[in-house]
Amino acid sequence: MEAEMSQASAVPPPGIPQPRRSVMIYTRYERFWHWSQAALIFILAVSGFAVHGSFTLMDFRTAVLIHSSAAVALIVLWIFTTFWHFTTTAWRHYLPDVRGLPAVIRFYVWGILVGAPHPYSKTLKRKQNALQSLAYLSFMVIIGPALWASGIIYLAYPLWGQWATGILGLPTVVFVHTAAADLMMIFVIIHIYMTTTGKTFTHYVKTMITGYDTIELTPAEAAYLEEEEVSRLAKS
Amino acid sequence: MASTHPIVPLLFIATLGWNATAIAATAEHSAPAAKLQPVADQNSGSLSGGTADHTKFEALKGPFQTGADVTKACLTCHNKAGEQVMKSVHWTWDYRNPRTGQLLGKKNVINNFCTNARGNEGMCAQCHAGYGWTDATFDFTDQARIDCLVCHDRTATYYRLPNSRGSAICGVLFENLAPIDFAHVAQNVGLPGRENCGTCHFNGGGGDGVKHGDLDSSLTRPSKALDVHMAVAGPNFACTQCHVSRHHQIAGSRYDMVAHDETGLGKPGARRDVATCESCHGTTPHPKLSLIGWQLNHHAERVACQTCHIPRIARGGVATVTDWDWSTAGRLIDGKGYAEEKYVQADGTPRHTYWSIKGNFKWDENFVPTYQWFDGRMVYTTADTKIDAKQSPVPINVVKGDPGDPNSRIWPFKQVRTKVPWDPVNKTLVFNHLWGDDDTAFWGNFDLVKSVSAGMKLENRPFSGTLGFLDTVSNWPITHMVAPKGDAVGCGECHKPKGRLAAITGVYLPGRDGFGWLDTLGIIALSLTLAGIAAHAAIRLALRFKIIWRPEWRPK
Repeated sequence: MEAEMSQASAVPPPGIPQPRRSVMIYTRYERFWHWSQAALIFILAVSGFAVHGSFTLMDFRTAVLIHSSAAVALIVLWIFTTFWHFTTTAWRHYLPDVRGLPAVIRFYVWGILVGAPHPYSKTLKRKQNALQSLAYLSFMVIIGPALWASGIIYLAYPLWGQWATGILGLPTVVFVHTAAADLMMIFVIIHIYMTTTGKTFTHYVKTMITGYDTIELTPAEAAYLEEEEVSRLAKS
Repeated sequence: MASTHPIVPLLFIATLGWNATAIAATAEHSAPAAKLQPVADQNSGSLSGGTADHTKFEALKGPFQTGADVTKACLTCHNKAGEQVMKSVHWTWDYRNPRTGQLLGKKNVINNFCTNARGNEGMCAQCHAGYGWTDATFDFTDQARIDCLVCHDRTATYYRLPNSRGSAICGVLFENLAPIDFAHVAQNVGLPGRENCGTCHFNGGGGDGVKHGDLDSSLTRPSKALDVHMAVAGPNFACTQCHVSRHHQIAGSRYDMVAHDETGLGKPGARRDVATCESCHGTTPHPKLSLIGWQLNHHAERVACQTCHIPRIARGGVATVTDWDWSTAGRLIDGKGYAEEKYVQADGTPRHTYWSIKGNFKWDENFVPTYQWFDGRMVYTTADTKIDAKQSPVPINVVKGDPGDPNSRIWPFKQVRTKVPWDPVNKTLVFNHLWGDDDTAFWGNFDLVKSVSAGMKLENRPFSGTLGFLDTVSNWPITHMVAPKGDAVGCGECHKPKGRLAAITGVYLPGRDGFGWLDTLGIIALSLTLAGIAAHAAIRLALRFKIIWRPEWRPK
């Protein structure tokens, strides 16, 4: 287990426990992005499946208005967030790291059930475990783009519809959009369940609200934060 | 409201709206539609406002003995009007559709109401814009036979009578009418108002609202809710505001429609060829800067304006016939025809549900249209058509259109199902001789085999002698009774399963359509996910609270 942990986290070296400090690991913008995106995705799901005719919670016109407005808002949010990821180098957190993957999967299948510790420890440089990275990466490069690309094409039907009369054009677009929405829905449901798997049922949600989590800091990281970003360290 | 009447006094009350008041005195019959009274200040479009006072003209001082005398006086000034009218379908009743090549017009077609004007001109040609058409000998080149007044009378004192005497049972209807003061009428002519056009067009099919469902006497003084354009308290449009004309050729004939007008406004004041919505409102009438408006403007490429903006048929309190059964016509009580009035329309007027001379009727009002792809072409089942009786009901007119054709749009229609007489041996529709003072006319002898034999003989067409009844359906495009924009059909009435457009094929309609298996797969995936989570959570909780537990499971 120790060996696996060190393999997953790489830092710190095995056997030398580092001091644990409460550090802001999710910045204000990240939390704003996460929660506004969560709200928009929820609104999009309800209004989207209403447009699709899956249920009759709202009339079609209202559903279209809400869905289109929320979609535009989410696209704007994503443009900002992409910009933010590249300017802050936060994108590195999503780089796939398959080395730790088996341990994490083993943990969720068995270890978590019997109260084993999580094989992965968050660090300042790497907030997500291998499975998380892979899941979020597929969210951001497959499901997300499939949704917004097909959604934009769907919304812009008036611009191209006259060249695609009949049943060829629109159904294809709607198919991709609906299939991606199904995947998104499943992603979100699993994601929400996973938030209950922290130290306590609400630990991860609290972290995502306050931004603070208790992680091990290397002496260099601690020194850097003390010197340059003291506001990220919780007063203890 | 069921009632039974002897047939004689009430025949044709519905048909002859203008002299109904005179008949009512002798009819002992529920109040028939009164003569349509003129509505002042109707907006006739660019022609509004005159430059001549007709009371001052010497030629119109009279005295006039007949309508034809008035016509001759009219033509002394309007010396081009005669030849113009003679080219119009109001005069010729004859129309060759340039797109289908079919010979149409009232002179030629057989519909599924009173079936055929031909052979019954003595009655039917009351609505011909000419005097004296009783049979094939009518002189279509005699300008003096044009009836100017039926369209241009603004006094509501002018009326028309059948051109020939019908059976003795009908003749009494036209007695004791107030004589027409032709000079007074001639001096008070004007542009046609709704009540002029309505004299015939509101009464198509033999009575108020019978045929069209979107044209009836409620449009004489419509509210805004009924018709936003013709509303007396609104723009007060005369028919001619939209049905523009040039040289008495009036735009907007049902025989050849513009189903998708892509020209729109055209140059200012230029268009005199169409009666489309787009010719005034343009091709993108919804707000371009709103999301919904943008989407609706695109809808207009595939959906006729009428489909959303005329939410229901016959909203004015006057009902329309949706079902007619000729096979029951001819039933007699004590040797006499009779009528039943078991339907009361919204304005309180009872309508015939059975009439010996016509059979059984079903009525409806304020109902949702039928929607079909339409490119403006209608192909008619004519007297020449060999009928395939396996097709039931047989369409009297086939609405042409295709979802893949950019000129086709989804249009609203009123459908009428009728059992009409036909010849099952020769497999053709038949001409029925309804009107006449001879013993072969159905409206008198109540013998359909005899009257159809006479009708077919008149046309020199073969009749086997066997009479059957054919289930038919006719399609009437709905284009009047445009509601205020707030009353337009909501998005969700079509964008839902089993909505208004449930029968429309060839388009993907969000909210109506899905992908069956994808939606099923989505639900299965969702269920499996939830089930997996539930199982995982249950095991987690059971182990955590040691409901099930073995010490060796404890992590080291």
